[in-house]
Parts: sequence; structure tokens; C-alpha cells
Amino acid sequence: MCGIAGLQVRDPSLEPRLGELLTGMLHQAAERGPDSAGVALYGDARLTPPGHSAVSLLAPGDASAAEIAALVGGDTAAVTVSQSVVVHSPGLPVADLERAVRAAFPTAVVTGRGTDLAVLKGVGHPDALAEEFGLRAATGRQGIAHTRMATESAVTPEGAHPFSVDENVCLVHNGSFANHATIRRELRAEGVAFDSENDSEVGARFVAAQLAAGHDLEKALRLLCERFDGFYTLLVTTGDTFAVVRDAIACKPAIVAETDAWVAMASEYRYFAHLPGIESARIFEPEPAEVYTWQR
Amino acid sequence: MAALTTTLVDLAEKSVRDLNSALHQASSGTSWHVAHPDGAHNLAVGLTAELDVVIDGPAGYYCAGMNQRATVTVHGNAGTGVAENMMSGTVRVRGSASQSAGATAHGGLLVIEGNASARCGISMKGVDIVVGGDVGHMSAFMGQAGRLVVCGDAGDALGDSLYEARVYVQGRVKSLGADCVEKEMRAEHLAELAELLKSADRDDDPAAFRRYGSARKLYHFEVDNSAAY
Repeated sequence: MCGIAGLQVRDPSLEPRLGELLTGMLHQAAERGPDSAGVALYGDARLTPPGHSAVSLLAPGDASAAEIAALVGGDTAAVTVSQSVVVHSPGLPVADLERAVRAAFPTAVVTGRGTDLAVLKGVGHPDALAEEFGLRAATGRQGIAHTRMATESAVTPEGAHPFSVDENVCLVHNGSFANHATIRRELRAEGVAFDSENDSEVGARFVAAQLAAGHDLEKALRLLCERFDGFYTLLVTTGDTFAVVRDAIACKPAIVAETDAWVAMASEYRYFAHLPGIESARIFEPEPAEVYTWQR
Repeated sequence: MAALTTTLVDLAEKSVRDLNSALHQASSGTSWHVAHPDGAHNLAVGLTAELDVVIDGPAGYYCAGMNQRATVTVHGNAGTGVAENMMSGTVRVRGSASQSAGATAHGGLLVIEGNASARCGISMKGVDIVVGGDVGHMSAFMGQAGRLVVCGDAGDALGDSLYEARVYVQGRVKSLGADCVEKEMRAEHLAELAELLKSADRDDDPAAFRRYGSARKLYHFEVDNSAAY
């Protein structure tokens, strides 16, 4: 199964409520995936202060946030959130901060990088993780969440979604890719490194490769549809884009609701039921193999 | 069957299990109002008495599944598998329905006033389905008996591997699935369609519809047809 939830806020007055609204969505998604969960938050100043670059990683051992920041060096700060750590810096470009984090913690898994993106994920019940994330208090412009029922790889923090392998880009997936091993092998041959055996990570790495080749997100997802076999509903976000695509059979559920104040995507309607203005939202199911994008 | 009183079940206070348990114990002729459904799954499933159930808002997966004899009305959208395996009775969705509406249903009437998504009427076995708007791809897939009426457009691969169900479409058909063909609209079909539209409280003109059905080439495996599967 797996449950997907995402919310892009258009009305700035809702930004302080992003975490609260996303918590409600994640709670409903828990039934579809009780083994692990994750969220990606765009613009939560607690984790990614404005103007800072940020790198998210799975917590390396028992080190405290202060110890982590000291090891990364420079004028970085770090926030430990449940099983994740977000390191941020006012001075360094994103790529330099990531290099410094990797040099300090060579075995740590980097789960996200960008100018205002924080990725939090872990193993456990989604409601418990939301509590540990302090998700209810999160703020920001955009957030996505995923609850996982593992089918293609082990239940590990590395295998939890979202997958963010390119600057400010995040992917969550419900379904399974049938030819992920083939595509992983091809990407590895091109020099791409993987953090897990998860099939969804292959989708994320593929999208990142297409973006690096100069395609926009819409084109990248169209190419993914051509290349990937299997069942998938994908929600992919960048700093300002919110995109949804399903496979040609449209086996996995997807529903979109839109108002002037926000656009939201979920696996089931009930994730939306508490959103403000849902009574008058435009609600539809995405067509198979069609890429939908919303720009902020 | 107007009941004298209506029993209110508010899902803000009661669980879906409480609701279904009360409905399973209810006598024919009683009337029920379900408040705050908020897209919950499995609302009003497995009913066997002549109940009148109004769900005041959106329903989640499998609403009114396995229905027998009851009349269930959803004042909102319905999720995947509404009226799945219905045997008899009536299910009416005032909004739109998600995938696999009326799947494997053996009898009764399913009316969807808005659109239905993919695989509407998949493997239908005798149910009548009337959709006011469009249906998604692979609708009536493997249909074995019953009638599917689409007042709007149909998506890709309509009636793929269809057996004996009849399909009427007023709008555009994006493509026909394997072994599905357009058939002549004879007087008895116009009469049948008029009856179905009337039962769904619609006033569309039966003459504006086209009929589709099985070419019956896939009943038995023949190697010449292998490319069509």
C-alpha cells in the first residue's frame, strides 16, 4: 500500500498552519503504511532558517546536535529531530555544506539538501513519528508526507520516504517498480551512488539525472513514465513546483483537491476532510500517465 | 417508503462499526441519516434490509458494498469500489465516484450523478450502472452481464474483454478495448435505455446514445486472436 499526502500553500496566511494541516493528513495516511514515515518541509524556519543552506541526514550515532555542528565546522548549526538531523549554514553554498557534512560523517546517509528543504524520516508508527518530528508546530510553504508499507526492500530509515537526491527536489511513491533493478544497474554504471535497495530511490535518482541533464520536472516525469514498469503514484516537489503522476494502469489511488488558498494531493479523500475550504474545493483524480504540475 | 422517523448516526461521535452494526440490526422500512462521514471507508456495507440510508457528505472506499435491498444515497463523492458486489437495491452518488464503481455487482441500480473514474463496472455481473458524467479508462472491463449507461464520455479501452454486458454511451468514446464493438441500436435497446435513464431520474434522449457490446471472439482461445488479448 503506502500513503501519500502533500500540501502546497498559496495563501501566505496558511503558512503558520502547514504542520498542523499536514499532521492531520499524515494521521489518516497511517493506515496505509504503519511501518515507517517521513516528511519533507519547505520553508520551516525552525529547521531551515531563511537564507541558509541546509543538509538533512539520518542521525549519525548518539552525537548531539552541538557535537554534530562542531564536527561539520564553520558557522553551522544543527537540529536533531527524531532519527534525523538537519544541519544548516548561513555562509556556505549547498554543495559545500553537503561536502563538509560528508567529510565529518563519511558513513552518514544524506537524505536532503537545499536552500529551504528539511527531510525527516524514520522507522515507527506515523503518528508517533509526527509527534517526534514536532510536525504540528511546523510552518512553511509546502510539505509532503509518506507512510510506508514496505514491499520491495527492508524496513529501515534508509528505505523510508521521501527520497531527496537533488537540491530542493523530493519524491514520494505509492506502488512498486518492476524494473528498478535494471534501471539501478544502468544508473550505477553511469556513476550514480545509492543509499538503499529501495525501488523508489531508483525513481528519485532517475528524476535527478533527468533534471541534471537539463529537463524540467514535467519532462523528467514523462521520461520516467516511458522507462519505469510497475505501479506508481508519485508526488514530486521542488522549491516551487508540486507534481503528480500515475502509471498508465492507474492502479494506485490518487486524488487532488484545489482551492485558491492551497493545492493538496493524497491517496484518499479522507486525508483532505479537515482542510479549510474543502467543501468548495475542486476535486479530481489524475488521469493515468499524465503529468500534473502546480507552480507556486 | 417514507419512514415516520429518521435515526441519526453522527460519525463525529460514533464509529463506522457502530453505524454498520446498527444498520445490520435495523428493520426494513426504517430510515437513517449519517452525519460527518468525512470520507470514512466501508460505510453502510453488507446491508440486507429495505433501509433508506442517507450519507450526508463524502464517503471513502467500498461504500454500500455488497448491498441487498437497501437504498443508499451519498450526498458527496464516493471513493474506490462504491457498491462493489451489490446484489440488489439502489445506490446513488450525488457527486463523483472513484475507481471500480460497481465492481462485480450482480444486481440493483448504481447511479453516479457526477463522473466515475477508471474501471467503472469492472467485471459487472448483472448490475445496472448509470453515470451522469464521464467514465475513466477500462470501464466495463470483463463485464459479464448488466447495463452500463454513460451520459458523458468514456475513456480508453471501453469494454475491454467484454462478455455480455451492454454499454450505452452518449458522448465520445476515446477507444474501444479488445473485443468490444459498436452495435446497432434497435427499438428494444432504445426502450431499455429509456427505462434505465428514467430509473436514474434523467431526461437524456435515448436516441443520442450509441450501443457497444462484445464481438464474442475471445470466448475461446484461438491463436488467430492472440494479438487481441
